[in-house]
Amino acid sequence: MCTTCGCGGHEAIVGSKTPYRHASRAAPFSAHAPGGHTHGDGHRHSPDAHAQARVIEVERDLLARNDALADANRRWLAERGIFAVNLMSSPGSGKTTLLARTIDAWKSRSPVSVIEGDQQTSLDAERIRATGAPALQVNTGKGCHLDARMVGAALAELDPPRCSVLFVENVGNLVCPAAFDLGEARKVVILSVTEGEDKPMKYPDMFCAADLVIVNKLDLAPYCDFDLAQATAYAQRVNPGVEVIALSAKTGAGFDRWLDWLAQAMASTQATCAELASLPAAWGTALPIHGREP
Amino acid sequence: MHEMALASGMLDIVESAARAHGATRVTGVRLEIGALSHVAAQALTFCFDAVTRGTLAEGATLTIDETPGRAWCMPCGAPVDIARRGDACPACGSYQLTVTDGADMRVRDIAIA
Repeated sequence: MCTTCGCGGHEAIVGSKTPYRHASRAAPFSAHAPGGHTHGDGHRHSPDAHAQARVIEVERDLLARNDALADANRRWLAERGIFAVNLMSSPGSGKTTLLARTIDAWKSRSPVSVIEGDQQTSLDAERIRATGAPALQVNTGKGCHLDARMVGAALAELDPPRCSVLFVENVGNLVCPAAFDLGEARKVVILSVTEGEDKPMKYPDMFCAADLVIVNKLDLAPYCDFDLAQATAYAQRVNPGVEVIALSAKTGAGFDRWLDWLAQAMASTQATCAELASLPAAWGTALPIHGREP
Repeated sequence: MHEMALASGMLDIVESAARAHGATRVTGVRLEIGALSHVAAQALTFCFDAVTRGTLAEGATLTIDETPGRAWCMPCGAPVDIARRGDACPACGSYQLTVTDGADMRVRDIAIA
C-alpha cells in the first residue's frame, strides 16, 4: 500500500452480489515507478522522504502514554488492595443490570465502587448509586472508550476504600475499548443472548483481550435460538481456554458461578489486605497528575 | 473512533523525539503496524494528516511497515502465519494458537530537518 496517500490498500468486500471478492482501490504499490509516482488526480510524491533527512530511531508503542498511566493506576490500586474489573460489551448487553445485582450480592463481603463510562448522561451512575454503592460517571463526549487518564482522574475523585472491589463499566462498544489498558486486574466481556452467538468471531480483538466472557440474558435464550455451546466454542476459538459463564442478571440464574469467579480472581491478586489495613492512611504513591506522564 | 486516539499518541511520541534532538521539522514518520494489532494501517493514514496539522510534523511523509501475523500452534509445536485473530492453524486446523508477532503498533523512526 502507498502509505503517503493510502492508494493500493485492500478492502475485503464480503457478501455482495458476487459471493466473495477482494477489491483494490488503485494499482498496487509495487506497480508505481521508482523515483516517485503520480496519481489520477495529478498529485505526486517523492519515493522516500527518509532518504533526504536525518533519521532518529524511536521504537515506541503508540499506546506508550496510555500504558504508562495504566501502570500508575495499577500500582495505585494494588497498594490499596483494590481489585479492579473492566467490564466491556456492546451497548444494551445488560452491564448496568449485571452490576446492580452483583453489588447487592457482594456488598456484605467487601465495599464496592463503580466508575461508569458513557458518552453522555449520568443515568447509569444514578442506577448504581440506588444500590448504595458510590459511583462516578465519566462522560467521554465524542469518545468511544475509556482510557487510563480518564480512569486515573476518576480514581482520584472517587477514592475507593482499601480492600474493596472497583468495577469500571466501559463505554458500550465491542471495538475501541479493547486496545486501552486502564490498569485493571481483570477484563470481563459481556455478550447477551439477543446479540447472537457469532459476536466473538465478528469482534475477535475484544474477546481475545477477555479474562472472562459472561453470556447474559440467559432467561431470553429460548426466544432467541441462542446456541450457548457454539458461542463458547467461538469465544474459545479467538481466546483459547477462556472461561465462559452463562447467567441472567434479571433472574439471578448462574450468578453463583460469577460470584465464585470474582472471589477467586480477587483472592489471587490481593493477598496483602490484612497488612494494608495496618498502614497509615497516606501510605502509597500518588496518582499521576491529570494528563501528564507519570 | 480509537484511531484518532492512537494517532494522537503517535504525534506525542514523534514530537517529543523530535524536540529531544533539537529538530524544527519532521519530514518523515515510519510506523510498524501489525496485521493483528488494534488498528488498520489505512485508518491511521487517514488520521495522520488531521493530527499533524499545525505541528512540526505537518506535511511529513508517513511510511507504514505492515508486519504479518504469526502464532505458535500448540498441536503442531511450530510457528505459523495467520491473517487475523480467530483463524485456524493453516497446517492442522486447530484454534489452539498463541499470537507471537503482528500485534505491535509502534513508531519505528522519524526523519528530521
